[in-house]
Amino acid sequence: MAIRQCAIYGKGGIGKSTTTQNLVAALAELKQKVMIVGCDPKADSTRLMLHAKAQNTIMHLAAEAGSVEDLELDDVLKMGYGDTKCVESGGPEPGVGCAGRGVITAINFLEEEGAYDDDLDFVFYDVLGDVVCGGFAMPIRENKAQEIYIVVSGEMMAMYAANNIAKGIVKYANSGGVRLGGLICNSRNTDREAELIEALAEKLGTHMVHFIPRDNAVQRAEIRRMTCIEYDPSAKQSDEYRALANKIISNDKLVIPTPITMDELEELLTEFGILEEEDESIVGQTAAQETLAV
Amino acid sequence: MAVMTRNETEALIQEVLEIYPEKAQKDRAKHLTTNDHEVEQSKKCITSNKKSLPGVMTIRGCAYAGSKGVVWGPIKDMIHISHGPVGCGQYSRAGRRNYYIGTTGVNTFVTMNFTSDFQEKDIVFGGDKKLAKLIDEVETLFPLNKGISVQSECPIGLIGDDIEAVSKKKSAEIGKTVVPVRCEGFRGVSQSLGHHIANDSIRDWVFKDGEGAKGTNYEPGPYDVSVIGDYNIGGDAWSSRILLEEMGLRVVAQWSGDGTLAELENTPRVKLNLLHCYRSMNYISRHMEEKYGIPWMEYNFFGPTKINESLRKIASFFDDKIKEGAERVIEKYKPEMDAIQEKYVPRLKGKRVMLFVGGLRPRHTIGAYEDLGMEVVGTGYEFGHNDDYDRTIKEMGNATLIYDDVTGYEFEEFAKRIKPDLIGSGIKEKYIFQKMGIPFRQMHSWDYSGPYHGYDGFAIFARDMDMTLNNPCWDQVTPPWNKPAEATTEAD
Repeated sequence: MAIRQCAIYGKGGIGKSTTTQNLVAALAELKQKVMIVGCDPKADSTRLMLHAKAQNTIMHLAAEAGSVEDLELDDVLKMGYGDTKCVESGGPEPGVGCAGRGVITAINFLEEEGAYDDDLDFVFYDVLGDVVCGGFAMPIRENKAQEIYIVVSGEMMAMYAANNIAKGIVKYANSGGVRLGGLICNSRNTDREAELIEALAEKLGTHMVHFIPRDNAVQRAEIRRMTCIEYDPSAKQSDEYRALANKIISNDKLVIPTPITMDELEELLTEFGILEEEDESIVGQTAAQETLAV
Repeated sequence: MAVMTRNETEALIQEVLEIYPEKAQKDRAKHLTTNDHEVEQSKKCITSNKKSLPGVMTIRGCAYAGSKGVVWGPIKDMIHISHGPVGCGQYSRAGRRNYYIGTTGVNTFVTMNFTSDFQEKDIVFGGDKKLAKLIDEVETLFPLNKGISVQSECPIGLIGDDIEAVSKKKSAEIGKTVVPVRCEGFRGVSQSLGHHIANDSIRDWVFKDGEGAKGTNYEPGPYDVSVIGDYNIGGDAWSSRILLEEMGLRVVAQWSGDGTLAELENTPRVKLNLLHCYRSMNYISRHMEEKYGIPWMEYNFFGPTKINESLRKIASFFDDKIKEGAERVIEKYKPEMDAIQEKYVPRLKGKRVMLFVGGLRPRHTIGAYEDLGMEVVGTGYEFGHNDDYDRTIKEMGNATLIYDDVTGYEFEEFAKRIKPDLIGSGIKEKYIFQKMGIPFRQMHSWDYSGPYHGYDGFAIFARDMDMTLNNPCWDQVTPPWNKPAEATTEAD
């Protein structure tokens, strides 16, 4: 079977890396062969798989060796939990250089060096929060990830971000084969969260793949630099990730999303009581003016 | 072909425009005009300094070319770092024939290429550390350099490197001027913005307080002038400054051909700035007028008529001693100039020229051609602005053709119809027109000849035009399209 290449996007801090690694650990348990490609200069996409602080990244190794052409695949590819292949693109410190170019260079290197082995069942790209430039869209360009999963929660900004990412997918869906695989709700314990995300998914023309409840087991595992699956296979939370893994294996609902307008999104949020009914009379009024009006 | 009438020139423009799609036609029509002496302001008849059309052949360069290649590059005792990938520096190296005196690699560096040679890792991680290291290496290897300029190539602006911070830090460390120049190639529509950016960087990073170079013993005098906008191509600035010196002036600085950092630093204390290439250095001249109260004037040292006019105009800023000096100089060279005209005018009289060049030459050389009895029937600027065209309207004959940022197609079609006796433009145009059987002179590099400025330059200019135009080879050339049909078949 051909490799299924999936990219995980979502608002910064939503839990993409944690979700991805727990998901991949669950897949590995199911004897799936997986590679994780971290596409974030922070390089924290593989730490739970490797029990490491941060893996040596392609770009840092390339900088040390002189150029990326001086590297071998073995230098950058590490085996993690469940024989998962782990690689980090890496990039500069915040505020210097061009992280997007780092992602492009790293992925080109992996392709040229044959990292995309036919034995693989899955490749997961864990991408930095916002698609700020072309470099971070690299994983969803032609011949790369065909399935996108968006990690989201019931918080307003996370949903805004999900909708924006859907817009980006539409752009690449029309020129290539990329499709939205669904939303993964990483719960923040907000009101009626599952219902809200299901409603959002419906509007975007997709589905909520799984609802991951909030559980401190994840944090307990994380301080040990482990996935929940590895740290405590019997935990209830581990079963949630197993459920997610099974759903992704059998997921055949790949769609071109139908992103909604800002107004529609706000309507949805209002419906669920997250956003107050808009009061046009207060727009642009300072506190002082409001006091006067009263 | 006789001189074209206004109607004929207008008809020619229309005919040449016809091949373009509607939108392109509309755009290009604004850049082509028939000269009209009645028009006071060129903006009424021509548009300039606009983005070139995609899909046409343009002759323009980029902002980096304007800063590194034109303004900064000739400053001989500084090291100019082409900051970014290797190509920009290497392919612009030593191409402009800015002559200078000095020992290359020891105390002067004009024809050398210094580059940070960016690799992928420098793009991803930023190049500031590499730049700092490069400056250290430059200091070690070339300790006699007087300063450094950092010429930004495109990626520097894209990845947001802080070259200003590196420059400040290194300048303090090595105790020399280090100038960051934000001349990324993608900025602006041509090299013109690069000139402006380079001028501004001199203002901000060289002049500082305008108190003159540290450690030089410069004592300002009453007859101090600077030559601004002369890049000493083929020695132009040298054949210019001797005339100024002969009339009693003291040339304190050359901008920037054969110039030094100390000369730039001393310029804010001169009495008059003499501006040759208005386009590339009017900015700094205006700044010195505003900040230091130094007047500036444009002059033209091509051909005796314009030289004489210019010398008198320059002298009018000074006392009788200088005015007499100007007359003395004019008188001194008159016999030589008369002899040149006597020799060449009969050989060149009535010959028609089309020009397409950069900064000042599309208008400044007109007088020199006229001194040889020739006529410029078409001219235009690669990267001129409307103040250039304002000045050109007066210099060109009525109903002549003026073209801005001419496309390869237009230039060829105009040449086919106007059938000039000589075309003056650059290396990219040279062989096309020679193959069409039209004599051609490179007017950027003087075709590896020169100087053309000053009286001495005119002698060479006249000789070069004659040897090109009256070269017997043109009678031997049969352009491919005039060859008999069989010959073409055989060749297949």
